[in-house]
Amino acid sequence: MSKEVVELDHVSIRFAGDSGDGMQLTGDQFTSTTAGLGNDLTTFPDFPAEIRAPAGTLPGVSAFQLNFGDHDILTPGDFADVLVAMNPAALKANLKELRKGGDLLVNTDEFGSRALTKVGYDSNPLEDGSLDGYNVHPIALTSMTVEALKEFDMTKKDAERAKNMFALGMLLWLFSRPLEPTIKFLDAKFGKKPTILAANKKALQAGWSFGETTESFSTQFVVKPASMPAGTYRNIHGNLATAYGLIAASKRSGLPLFLGSYPITPASDILHELSKHKGFGVRTFQAEDEIAAIGAALGASYAGMLGITTTSGPGVALKSETIGLAVALELPLIIIDVQRGGPSTGLPTKTEQADLLQAMFGRNGEAPVPIVAPQSPADCFNAAIEAARIAITYRTPVFLLSDGYVANGAEPWLIPTEDSLPVIEPKFATGPNHILEDGTEVFWPFKRDPETLARPWAIPGVAGLEHRIGGIEKQDGTGNISYDPANHDFMVRTRQAKVDGIAKTVAPLLVDDPSGAAKTLVIGWGSTYGPIQDACRNLRDEGIQVAHAQVRHLNPFPSNMGDVIKSYDKVIVPEMNLGQLNMLLRAKYLVDTIGFNQVRGLPFKTQELMDAIKEVASHG
Amino acid sequence: MAETFASLSLVPKTDVPQSAKDFKTDQEVRWCPGCGDYAILAAVQGFMPELGVKRENIVFVSGIGCSSRFPYYMNTYGVHSIHGRAPAIASGLALSRPDLSVWVVTGDGDALSIGGNHLIHALRRNVNLKILLFNNRIYGLTKGQFSPTSEAGKITKSSPVGSVDYPFNPLSVALGAEATFVARTIDSDRQHLQSVLRAAAEHEGTALIEIYQNCDIFNDNAWEPMKNPETRDDITIRLNHGEKIIFGANNDRCVIRKADGSLGVANVANVSADQIVTHDAHATDPSFAFALTRLSHPETLQDTPIGVFRDVKRATYEAQMREQITVAQAAAGAGDLDALLQGKDTWEVR
Repeated sequence: MSKEVVELDHVSIRFAGDSGDGMQLTGDQFTSTTAGLGNDLTTFPDFPAEIRAPAGTLPGVSAFQLNFGDHDILTPGDFADVLVAMNPAALKANLKELRKGGDLLVNTDEFGSRALTKVGYDSNPLEDGSLDGYNVHPIALTSMTVEALKEFDMTKKDAERAKNMFALGMLLWLFSRPLEPTIKFLDAKFGKKPTILAANKKALQAGWSFGETTESFSTQFVVKPASMPAGTYRNIHGNLATAYGLIAASKRSGLPLFLGSYPITPASDILHELSKHKGFGVRTFQAEDEIAAIGAALGASYAGMLGITTTSGPGVALKSETIGLAVALELPLIIIDVQRGGPSTGLPTKTEQADLLQAMFGRNGEAPVPIVAPQSPADCFNAAIEAARIAITYRTPVFLLSDGYVANGAEPWLIPTEDSLPVIEPKFATGPNHILEDGTEVFWPFKRDPETLARPWAIPGVAGLEHRIGGIEKQDGTGNISYDPANHDFMVRTRQAKVDGIAKTVAPLLVDDPSGAAKTLVIGWGSTYGPIQDACRNLRDEGIQVAHAQVRHLNPFPSNMGDVIKSYDKVIVPEMNLGQLNMLLRAKYLVDTIGFNQVRGLPFKTQELMDAIKEVASHG
Repeated sequence: MAETFASLSLVPKTDVPQSAKDFKTDQEVRWCPGCGDYAILAAVQGFMPELGVKRENIVFVSGIGCSSRFPYYMNTYGVHSIHGRAPAIASGLALSRPDLSVWVVTGDGDALSIGGNHLIHALRRNVNLKILLFNNRIYGLTKGQFSPTSEAGKITKSSPVGSVDYPFNPLSVALGAEATFVARTIDSDRQHLQSVLRAAAEHEGTALIEIYQNCDIFNDNAWEPMKNPETRDDITIRLNHGEKIIFGANNDRCVIRKADGSLGVANVANVSADQIVTHDAHATDPSFAFALTRLSHPETLQDTPIGVFRDVKRATYEAQMREQITVAQAAAGAGDLDALLQGKDTWEVR
């Protein structure tokens, strides 16, 4: 039977099932196949903090959304065009994410009365007309998988576990994607378990064949490759890009990487990844707590390593005192905060941007710390290198403010070559740097570089540079303990001036305003780049001119920040918090910027941003 | 020059003679007159030349408290860090640089109260650190509150009608935390203190040395019975590996194994020679060393052992960490960044 083939410019697919159904794996696999076809894409894994909540319940639902297209894709899509629901709980929890009229693929085998009751359905939504607004495809996924695998010597329960591969095969057919990448993946994953390997391949193939033959699908879709700059690409997650950026910074600075870390969602994957790369001389130290993790990293920095600690907001709270010590010692240190919903334990698996002020001010005393924020999963790579550049050049702790959305999301990445990456010079102290009045040459640990105001980094093992440093205030130059009032005032101002001076080496804030006629500026930071850019493009398509700037350096701000925000009639600041960047901009530049704020643990939807921007742009 | 200490095999040897003077800094020492810290500082400075390693390869790391000012007075590299965290910072340092001799200086509040967690984990990991725990049973720098080693009922500024905190014994804690080297000494006995430092330097891994130290301002004479020539020999048990544990001014007291398996103290005259315990610091099972830590009376200090309680071999954390890196690099060569970034699944856009 030949089916109609329809071309789409983009599609958003959402996979939803029990935590144990393998939806993240299914989504990842569809994503890497799609990436390999040259589509641009953005992903959004949406899963609970519980590892395996009871099967079939709403808290146990795990979802994965993928938006791919023939042009640059900036968001996972406000609403999915296709929803795959593996059971009633997945349907109930995710139906609101499917656009009206969208395709709903439902595993009918799981829609028994007990399963329906468990999630509070009084009647079967597949039969009661409540899904009339959608294009429903009822599919007996489980039983067809079991049927396809009856030749295998395995229990029915084990056979059922391959139903995600059946679903994947079906979706791959529906969107004209090849099976080979998944077969290759299964070979690698189950190579040592021949029965499971064969069963999964069979289920995948059966899903594909079902798509081809069933009358439930009258149409097959194609999405052509996106036009992207030439080069070699791979698909990459934010946490992986962060880990690679750190390894790259280690190689380009010649400083061995030392990670001190304590497991915490959603940052642990960086620890997992770095612990694999001992070949690069990477040392990972899983500490007894967050405090020891950063303490060990700081000790490693003192030793001349690239000291790094990874965590999320609750961990930053515990590390604060040691960050203050790093400010006082003036040693390089990278603190990676993969932000999640707060306060306290908050929403461990959900995203938020509410640690900005914690990073800015969450220490005792005047303790300025530079802050860098990546704007997309692949951008985590460059942002990590930039954090390392600042830390090493200026002898200072630096925050890298990632978040759950960029950390777990994925996108295609134009792979750089090592040679194209910046070289970072540690410039360790090698000898005396000061001559006393009597002509004696001495080493002063707090005699600064006049340009950067950075102090010398003198690592143990160098004769003649023996010195003592600590958290007590130090005399300018000598570094000896000093309680002198004027000296303290000078040192506080000098540490601030050092951090402020970083702006001289930071690219000016780039404003995206193709028409040059915009009167309204939308300014965001970090992971909101995609949704804000998407909203601005859509508004321009509607004839509304808006400018967009995404802040990467949050401390210090780029030197043109004030000029930029003062040159627009309206400045709107969307953030996934209650207005933290907004507060900083208003305080520093006395500009009446307007916040647009959501704290739902989810990235912004394009339409909501468009509505908010329109409202501001059209008033007054 | 001493033979190379086992724990310092990777630390560059000095080729110039050193003396205690070389380890003094130009900084004015700011402890109270009469503080036990002076004696410890002098003993450590006097011992350092024995290490036989380059001065620039020695680092002292401390936390917060009176004792933690120690690094400022040692002409080596030094970090005066934050309260309780010295073992964590020193761990990162030691794991990064096997060519360094790393010493931690801490006190009973710093190591056992605010930093208790880091201390026990450093001990179980067996990082190559030598931890000097100055125990004066009081908070000094905050001017006289009870510490985790203060006697129950102690009257202090924060416990005007007596502390209801029950103290713990630092060495019992250390042994429970899988420490491989545990020792005790006393500030006023320089010869003994240096003998313990020597044993610690020989030990590969974490060494915890509790030093009974007098705070003459807030808790004067805390260890008086162990210092007073009239009483000290009768209450102090000097441990020597391989020797029968006999003590007392007249060598008339001894440690015996009791019928229930625990250790006790008896008069030599009342027991047969084979009942007297022989000290075995190398015993694999820590329960013998633990039993020794339980002999002393926390208030009278009667029957308090000093010396090396436990000294056993176990692979150090950093040696194992280095080994994993060596194996990885031998198997696949030093990391190739371009290959890493490429990964296994790429596509070309032309």
